[in-house]
Amino acid sequence: MMRLSRPWMPERFRRRIERQYLIGRAVNRRRALRPLSDRTARIRPADILAFVTQRNERVRLPYFLDYYRNLGVAHFLVVDNASDDGSAEYLRGQPDVSLWSTAASYKRARFGMDWINWLLLRHGRDHWCLTVDPDEFLVYPHCDSRPLAALTGWLDASGRRSFPAMLLDMYPRGGLEDRPYQEGQDPVEVANWFDPANYAFAKNSYFGNLWIQGGPRVRAFFGHDPLAGPALNKIPLVKWHWRYAYVSSTHMLLPTGLNLVYDEDGGEMASGCLLHTKFLSGFAGKSTEELQRRQHYANSHEYRAYAEGLNAGAQLWCSESRQYHGWQQLEDLGLISRGNWA
Amino acid sequence: MSGRVRLGVILLCHADLPMAARMARIWAEGGARVAIHVDAKVRAPDLAAMRDALADLDGIAFTRRRRCDWGRFSLVRATQDAAEHLLRDHPDITHVYLASGACLPLRPVTELAAFLAADPDRDHIESVSADEVGWTVGGLNEERFTLYFPFDWRRHRRLFDRFVEWQRRRGVRRRLPRGLSPHLGSQWWCLTAPTLRAILQDPRRAEFDRYFRLSWIPDESYFQTLVRRHSVQIESRSLTLAKFDHKGRPYQLYDDHLPLLEESRCFVARKAWHGADRLLAHFPRPASAAPDLSPPQPAGIERLINRTIRRRLQGRPGLYMQSRYPRKDAENGKTAAPYAVFQGFTDIFPGFERWLGARVAGDVHGHLFSAEMAEFAGRPEIGPGALSTSAALRDHDAQGFLTSLIRVSGRMQVFQFSPRDSQILNWFIATDPNAHLFVVTGAWMLPLVNSGMPFDDVRRITAHLQRVELAQLDVLNSVWVKARVQVHDLADFLSRPLALLEDALGQIEPHAAPIRALPAMRDTSGLSDLLRRLRNAGLQPRLGAEGLPLAASSHEGQATSGRPDSERTAAE
Repeated sequence: MMRLSRPWMPERFRRRIERQYLIGRAVNRRRALRPLSDRTARIRPADILAFVTQRNERVRLPYFLDYYRNLGVAHFLVVDNASDDGSAEYLRGQPDVSLWSTAASYKRARFGMDWINWLLLRHGRDHWCLTVDPDEFLVYPHCDSRPLAALTGWLDASGRRSFPAMLLDMYPRGGLEDRPYQEGQDPVEVANWFDPANYAFAKNSYFGNLWIQGGPRVRAFFGHDPLAGPALNKIPLVKWHWRYAYVSSTHMLLPTGLNLVYDEDGGEMASGCLLHTKFLSGFAGKSTEELQRRQHYANSHEYRAYAEGLNAGAQLWCSESRQYHGWQQLEDLGLISRGNWA
Repeated sequence: MSGRVRLGVILLCHADLPMAARMARIWAEGGARVAIHVDAKVRAPDLAAMRDALADLDGIAFTRRRRCDWGRFSLVRATQDAAEHLLRDHPDITHVYLASGACLPLRPVTELAAFLAADPDRDHIESVSADEVGWTVGGLNEERFTLYFPFDWRRHRRLFDRFVEWQRRRGVRRRLPRGLSPHLGSQWWCLTAPTLRAILQDPRRAEFDRYFRLSWIPDESYFQTLVRRHSVQIESRSLTLAKFDHKGRPYQLYDDHLPLLEESRCFVARKAWHGADRLLAHFPRPASAAPDLSPPQPAGIERLINRTIRRRLQGRPGLYMQSRYPRKDAENGKTAAPYAVFQGFTDIFPGFERWLGARVAGDVHGHLFSAEMAEFAGRPEIGPGALSTSAALRDHDAQGFLTSLIRVSGRMQVFQFSPRDSQILNWFIATDPNAHLFVVTGAWMLPLVNSGMPFDDVRRITAHLQRVELAQLDVLNSVWVKARVQVHDLADFLSRPLALLEDALGQIEPHAAPIRALPAMRDTSGLSDLLRRLRNAGLQPRLGAEGLPLAASSHEGQATSGRPDSERTAAE
């Protein structure tokens, strides 16, 4: 009996302890969150919820909220991390937003994930929960004709609890500052180019998730050290249960079953993309600021690389970039798949 | 309603009652008698709301509620109850249609009646002999009828599986009631009243019910089997469009399926998503003056669904992505398209890449796996699909690099290779049926001949590259090779370069013009001398160049190699 269990029990135990630690940590950090407007009483049983951490994204918020409202997100639960651009006031005025504010360190809250894990634990259970940033736009198969509720209904019927959406970095043609972004505008209109086929995959045997890297950021900023490039795999849509926890950003979860969103027998499972519109006008200023705040992952080395690259006049666009036309294009390129969602 | 046909409909409902009420209204307003069975698990207020919604219609009856579990006999029992109810209360009924609360009528009910009236004695029920069925999910074809299934699959999965396993081990084999031959088919049917009555009033019904109570998924086999006993005329096709995925779950229909459904001419489709407002508003189509009697032609939508099933089960070959990451040897197509690898040719002909590029339709790259950088055709800074030229990025996921390159470019990919390049993908390429390898062993030695390097360095490099190539040849000579591999040693190749080159070119570009002249060849005059010095320095050259004549005064084509023309053999 002992000999049977020895090879695999320790890792399982370790993951369980890790998960309990993350949940405990999230519960512990709840005091850092001060409710500014708590409208969570309006959440109805089958609503789809969005969980967002934001800082100084006032310009992006109107379009962001409208985009997800159109998809059928019923309520937004937002953590505002010490914004000073009026975004908190704007969010307070939205009828379907519940807002918490915190001045605590983003970095020491595991880059905001403690806060989000707490809100998910408190409000997310038995809901389909979408955890995104204000610069991420979910695209999934048939998203032009079917609302998010159709997708979650189908996932429920297929017995799936999570849905993957890889981060697809979008960028404009030409310099980042050439076409300024206007409030209320679709950011994908400005940044509508992406890299079609330079993504590297590896499997993380401990958490069971795929580790995806590549895209324009690695090509332009991390060519010398590919392993340092940011991870692009994300699992933003989960039917939440209070025992779940995000481990690192929305890249992976515990328990590991939620990370098994890919087929290893040659088939394709359904998946989507998060159009990542980080690279817009104002990005250079923002990355300098973030560099000074030093609140980001791994000593903000990512932002250091951006600042260096952009000062050197790096352009993300190249002759092999593709212009975004819609989900069918992403499916043809093999970036997303409809799986068996006919 | 057509003069001769009076339609009765059995509606089985277990969830989403507002939708079911909507469907019941469509049927009733189309002139059909409706018997509704509502699962006993449905909460009372929901049912009351449904009754209220249908209160203004007559011809609708609610039958005795039973607790139904998927795959169990309770579903058949509910159907029997409702059928008896219909036939008793409305003796004038000529046909009974079995539908669910999520089945959406696409064509007007009167058109269905007219269609049935065209051949009023025909029973529309899919009924396929269990020996011939290839489509059931879960592998239980025949065993549905020969084992006992007392446990619920959804609630007691483990018990269910173990009990099946135990029965298999014990060799349990139930005997079918005498005279029955097992048939399977879609759960949704349309039977004539005489056939249905005969099934329900069969003197041996108690015996049959007892038997089917413990069989697996009797709702797909009870009526389908018994109809063979009583029916005069069977049309073995369901009038309801109901497709299942590879796990046996019904497909849902959404707004964007509207054109396909319209085209399918099916009478009823299962099952519409409750939020598909456009679909629900569009169907059923209003009745036209002259009823259209064309039979259903569901080929279009079935093709769509079969395509998605195939995509879910087999995926697109050569694709590695966030939701498809096949483990080794389960790739179902390691790469997306054929490609060719030339090894040693650039060492013999320095301008080979450009020469070949002018003769084949594909992209001819340099050494994609060179240690310095990925040498894409034309040497751009960023390769096809925005792949980086950085060797570090490439080697981070070399397999992904190659498969992405092949998948993203529509043309055939050709690249150069040598023992100096990264050898990570040797096994991958050798086991890929899409790969076409042309190898000249030992050719890497040619650039060393007049390199001007100190002899010690040449000796060291030779030893290293020879080891690398021998290891690669071990791979190419293994029994696992799936690629098309052609190996020639250097002496053999130099003895008839034109013929071998023409042969290789013909294989990747069948319509290429015949080669008139060879590309410029590297000077091989010092090779024999170098080989002798290497041998004398204690290194045994083993890759074919030793076949060259020792006292080489001239080189071109004079080497009378005694070695046989070798395919897949070189190293010894």
